[in-house]
This record gives sequence, structure tokens and C-alpha cells, in this order.
Amino acid sequence: MTAEATNIPAPKRRSLYQLDARTRRRNASETRFRAYGVAAIAFGMIALAVLLWSILGQGLSAFTQTRIAMDVTLDAAVLDKSGKRDPVELAKATTLAYGKILDQALVKQATDKGLMPEGLSAKDAAGILSKEAPAQLRRMVLDNPALIGTTVQIEALANGRIDGLLKGRVTMESAKLDSNVSPAQLVLAQNLKDAGLLAKSFNFDFITAPDASEVRPEAAGLGVAILGSLYMMMIVLVLALPIGVAASIYLEEFAAKNWFTDLIEVNIANLAAVPSIVYGILGLAVFINFAGMPQSSPLVGGLVLTLMTLPTIIIATRASLKAVPPSIKDAALGIGASKTQTVFHHVLPLAMPGIMTGTIIGMAHALGETAPLLLIGMVAFVRDYPAAPPEGFLDPAAALPVQVYNFTRRADPAFLERASGAIIVLLVFLALMNVAAILLRRKFERRW
Amino acid sequence: MNDMRLMERVVDDTRIKISAKDVQVWYGDSHAIKDVNIDILDKTVTAFIGPSGCGKSTFLRTLNRMNDTIPICRVEGEILLDGENIYDRKVDPVQLRARVGMVFQKPNPFPKSIYDNVAYGPRIHGLTRNKAELDEVVESALKKAALWKEVKDRLTAPGTGLSGGQQQRLCIARAVATSPEVLLMDEPCSALDPIATAQVEELIDELRENFSVVIVTHSMQQAARVSQKTAFFHMGNLVEYGDTTQIFTKPSDPRTESYITGRIG
Ligand SMILES: Nc1ncnc2c1ncn2[C@@H]1O[C@H](COP(=O)(O)OP(=O)(O)OP(=O)(O)O)[C@@H](O)[C@H]1O
Ligand SMILES: [Mg+2]
Repeated sequence: MTAEATNIPAPKRRSLYQLDARTRRRNASETRFRAYGVAAIAFGMIALAVLLWSILGQGLSAFTQTRIAMDVTLDAAVLDKSGKRDPVELAKATTLAYGKILDQALVKQATDKGLMPEGLSAKDAAGILSKEAPAQLRRMVLDNPALIGTTVQIEALANGRIDGLLKGRVTMESAKLDSNVSPAQLVLAQNLKDAGLLAKSFNFDFITAPDASEVRPEAAGLGVAILGSLYMMMIVLVLALPIGVAASIYLEEFAAKNWFTDLIEVNIANLAAVPSIVYGILGLAVFINFAGMPQSSPLVGGLVLTLMTLPTIIIATRASLKAVPPSIKDAALGIGASKTQTVFHHVLPLAMPGIMTGTIIGMAHALGETAPLLLIGMVAFVRDYPAAPPEGFLDPAAALPVQVYNFTRRADPAFLERASGAIIVLLVFLALMNVAAILLRRKFERRW
Repeated sequence: MNDMRLMERVVDDTRIKISAKDVQVWYGDSHAIKDVNIDILDKTVTAFIGPSGCGKSTFLRTLNRMNDTIPICRVEGEILLDGENIYDRKVDPVQLRARVGMVFQKPNPFPKSIYDNVAYGPRIHGLTRNKAELDEVVESALKKAALWKEVKDRLTAPGTGLSGGQQQRLCIARAVATSPEVLLMDEPCSALDPIATAQVEELIDELRENFSVVIVTHSMQQAARVSQKTAFFHMGNLVEYGDTTQIFTKPSDPRTESYITGRIG
């Protein structure tokens, strides 16, 4: 041993206070690597900040809406010709009749207070009201027929262009080129605003109301889409979690390891990589065309998303099952626990945080998924709320991401604001799910 | 309960508890245990010694079929527990392991409370009828494992929060709580300091009154201190098996001699 070391020169002794060249190089490369890391993170943060800034900048205004305060006399002679307050009779009064009442009320109010600009016709003045306003008034009256014959104070929705004026989207210049709004109408709106009769207020309807037609951006809401997404998430959770966990436990703990289980494993990994639109085609072919389930229903959407989420859940669950130390399994088996007892008493609780996180991340993916839903008809225009589950699972509904897509396809610039607002709602839901994932992780994680 | 069992056992003191006949173990193609024949006695401490990789753990694990958990592991031959072949098709390994308990080399308490660790075995095997009985079993198991004094005030604390030596004693208590007939211990003291080791050795000696104990150890002194019988393994063969005093004073095989004198291993 002593004789062998001769041709290797003995290392020179140097002072510890002096860095040798090798150490300096090593330190330099370490510093470089740190810089790369910081740069990468900075890039990510900047991208995120820009994204949030642009979405919040465009979308926050969707949460406020311009309304016009006015007194409306609900003339019994017009609204209830029979005078019996019979609901069937009342329903015969159309939005047209209510529209007239509203229009007159607005013009009267503007004229009385001297807010009417020169040369604006009564018809054009009434044009600053939303086309949705009469429908809202009608619903209010039908819900409470006692209002007929009285004068009520209401806040009527303003037209999308007027809303745009208050949000800075519409100006006098743009109005001159716009066939939907005239500068005189803007002047009226401005006068009403100065008189304190026209103002922006928080827009609950954006979250609760159903979608509205192309010409009524001011009335469009996310109610149906949120319900639809919620129903689909319920279906995904109820189906994908148990199926995914059962499949993972079987594959990981019980199945023999042979070419067949290897094949299954490879296929699950592949399924996770299949483009989501393929699942949409599959859903269309199997659930709608073959099984005859109703189009655009949360049931079909939920099933498609379940298929899509399953591989994610299975992969996450298997990974967390694998991460459970084998010594724990040995311990349980060693005192005579059966395989099932070992899995359910010891392995599963330890794997729980990982399973939860995997599930929630999978569901978050599903919540934001658009392509497959387009194919199964969830892109349809749905104004009716789906019923309460379980029947509601078969009713047509929209979905949040698809609603974003729908909004962006419409011509009126007011829908751009709506689309960004919908994205904010979607992001809030995703953030909530991630928080839930973190909290559940904390709760189930045993730090001992 | 225990007393009755004691009475039974007093009748035939050194009867054969486990009898292995022509046991072969393969891991895939590698032949880890070759033709082992051994009779392990009841109420006796049997030590398995031998150089690293000679198959001590492998053979120990065949005795309660823990090898079943290794897919590539194959066992041939017969191992009789009280005359019944544990590798018979009719035998459920779960039932077997309730009778042949095991303590592992690395302490592996469950990430649960100390109480739940010890109570787990009795619970799944339905050994107690109520909480009071279970408490009693837990207490006596912890006492047997010389751990009761240290943990009696914190039974609800996590078992994984104990020191390494305490954890190992907890694992012993956990194994003892199921009142197995045979206790297999794979280097139970390798993680322990001399004091804890002495406690465990004392415990092993006490356990002998009720159980048949098989212990794998790398410490010649430990084997000499605690065991009555010693088996020397070498490269998958059982080279020599006999009374501990005989093995350590006048081994009949030259390989045994060179091992215990420190020349191989
Ligand atoms: N799970 C396994 N898969 C494949 N081969 C194994 C496995 N476990 C053990 N072996 C092999 O079987 C032989 C015996 O191993 P074993 O663990 O029984 O040795 P040992 O005597 O307990 O050693 P040590 O004293 O180091 O614990 C070794 O050659 C080992 O490599
Ligand atoms: Mg070993």
C-alpha cells in the first residue's frame, strides 16, 4: 500500500486563507447557477404579473355595472287589463308593454329635471336603457303582482355603450362613428350622471345571471356557466377519485407485476398525454351518439372530464403510494395484518396528502378545460339554469371556460370585459382549489 | 390467560417448535439458501450468525413467510410449525404471522401514537374484548419491552418521536402484544446503544419463558450472552448448529472456527 502511492504527487499544503484556482472556479460556477435560477424565477414572476395585470385591468370592470335610477308608475290599465291580478293574465303583458312604461318614465324624468339635451328625440333618449331592462321589470312585477298600480323606484340597467362611457370604453369621438349610440345620448347619460341618477354599482348579476344575447352585453352573466362547472366538478370528484384511487391501490399493492400490468402502466401514462380534444370526440361518440345522453349536459361533460382526470389522479396516487416507506408495510405484515388492512390502516393514510393534491390538481385542470366541452355541445347558448342535482345533471348548461370562449367570439367590445371578468372568476375558483389542496395537505400530513 | 399457556408449555420443555426440511430459497436465479435443515426449539433463544450476505435474514424471513412480499423470491422445501407445513397451500400467511411475530433491523414504528402502535396487533386480531383489556395488554407489552416507565405518561405521543432505541423497544412491545409463539428478531440491537442493548437482551431472556425466540446478530458476544442454541450460516449453507457453548468453545467445522475467531466475515 505504501509503495503504490509513489507516482502520485503529494498534495501541496497551502494556507486556508487563500482560495486556490479550483475553489474559485467552483464558487464562480455556483454563483452563475444561482443567477440562472434567480433569472428563471424572475421571468416566471414577470410573466405572471403581466398576465394578472392585463386580466385584472380588463376584467375587474365587469364586476360593476351602470344603472339608471328612476321612478316607474306601473299602470294597471296597461299591465293588467282584467284587473284580477291573475298570473296567467299578467303574463300576457309582454316586455314590449313594460318597455314602453320604462321608456316613458325615463323621458319624463329627464324632461322634468331638465336633463334632456337639445334635439334628442324621446325614442333615442329611451335608447340608453338596456334591452334587458324591460324583462327585468317584468320579472319583478310577475314575482310580486301587488306592485301593479303603484310607483316603484327601480335601478334599470343602462345600455352597454352607456356602461362603456362610464368605464372609459366609449367617448364622444367613438360615438360619432358608432351606429349604436349617438353623442346626444352620451350627453343625456352624462347629465343623468351629474344629477346622481346614473351610476356604477356592484354587479351581482354578473355572477348569478345567465348569459345574454349578442346585443345585451350589459346583462350577460356567468350563473349558468358556474352552475354547469360546479355540477361537472361534482361528477368528476364522485367518479374520478374513487375509481382512480381504487385502480392505483390495486395496481400498486395487489396486482402481480408482469407484462400485462406494465402494459396498463404505460397506457395510463399515455392517456395522461392524450390531447383533451380527443376525449371530447370520444365523449361525443360514446356518451351522446351511442349512449344517447343529452347534449351540452353536465353529465356528459363530467364524464368526459372524469376520463381526462383519471390518469392524473392515478399517476399522483401511485406516486404517493410508492413513497410510503416499505418498512411500514413490513411492520404491519409482520404482526399479521392482511394486505388490505396494511393498505387501509397504514399505507393509504400516509399517501393521503399526495392523493388529495393530485386529485385537486386534476380537478383544477378539468375545471379549466375547454376543448372537449366544445365538442359535446356545451358551447350552446343556454339561458335557463339547470335544475338541482341529480336531475340538473341532464339539463343543458354552460361551463366557465367555454363561456370565456363564447364571450370572446362576440362582436360587441363590451364582451371583452365580460370575458376577462369570467377569467377572473375562473382564476378565483382555481386559487380556491389550490388553497384547499394546501389546507388538506396540512391537515392530513403527519409530520412524525 | 398467560398462566394457562405457561402451564401447557412446562409439560414439554424442549420440544421442537419449528422444523425446516431441505429449505431452498432463490431470488430469481440466485440461490440464497441451500438445503437448510434445522430444528428450532420451543422456549429457547436461537441465534443465527454468519458473515454478511450469507442468508441469515433470508432464512429468518422464510419462517413467517415475509418473503412472500418479495415477488422474485421462491422457497422450496418444508417448514413445519408445530408439525404443520407453513408453506402448505391451505395456510394463510396472515394467520401464520399472528403466531410468528417479527422485529426488524431498523426500528419501524407506525406513524401513530405509542398506544396505537402497541394496540394495533391485538385490535386487528380481536384479542381483547374491551378497552380495559386492551389497556392491560398494552401496558404489559410495554413493560415486557422495558419501555413502560419511559412512556407511560405520553402514550398518546407519536411513536416516531421516540429515540432510536426506544423505537426499537416499542417495535418489540408491538410484536409481543399479539402474544406470538415465535418471535423472529433481525439484528434488533444494531441501532441501539450498549444500555438499550443490555435492556433488550434482558428482555429476550425473559421472553424465552413464553416464546421461542430466533435472533439474527452480528455480535458474537450477544449470541453468546442471550442464546442457548446457535446456527452458523455461510454462503447460503447452514454450516453448523448446536448448543451455543459448544459452537463458541469447540466448533466442529473449520469455517465456524475461523468466523468466530474473526478470520472470515
Ligand atoms: N430482495 C432481494 N432481492 C434479491 N436478492 C436478495 C434480496 N434480499 C437478499 N438478497 C440476496 O440474498 C443473499 C442473502 O441476503 P440476506 O439479506 O439474507 O443476508 P444476511 O445474512 O442477512 O446479511 P446481513 O448480515 O448483511 O444482513 C445476499 O446475497 C443478497 O444479496
Ligand atoms: Mg440481514
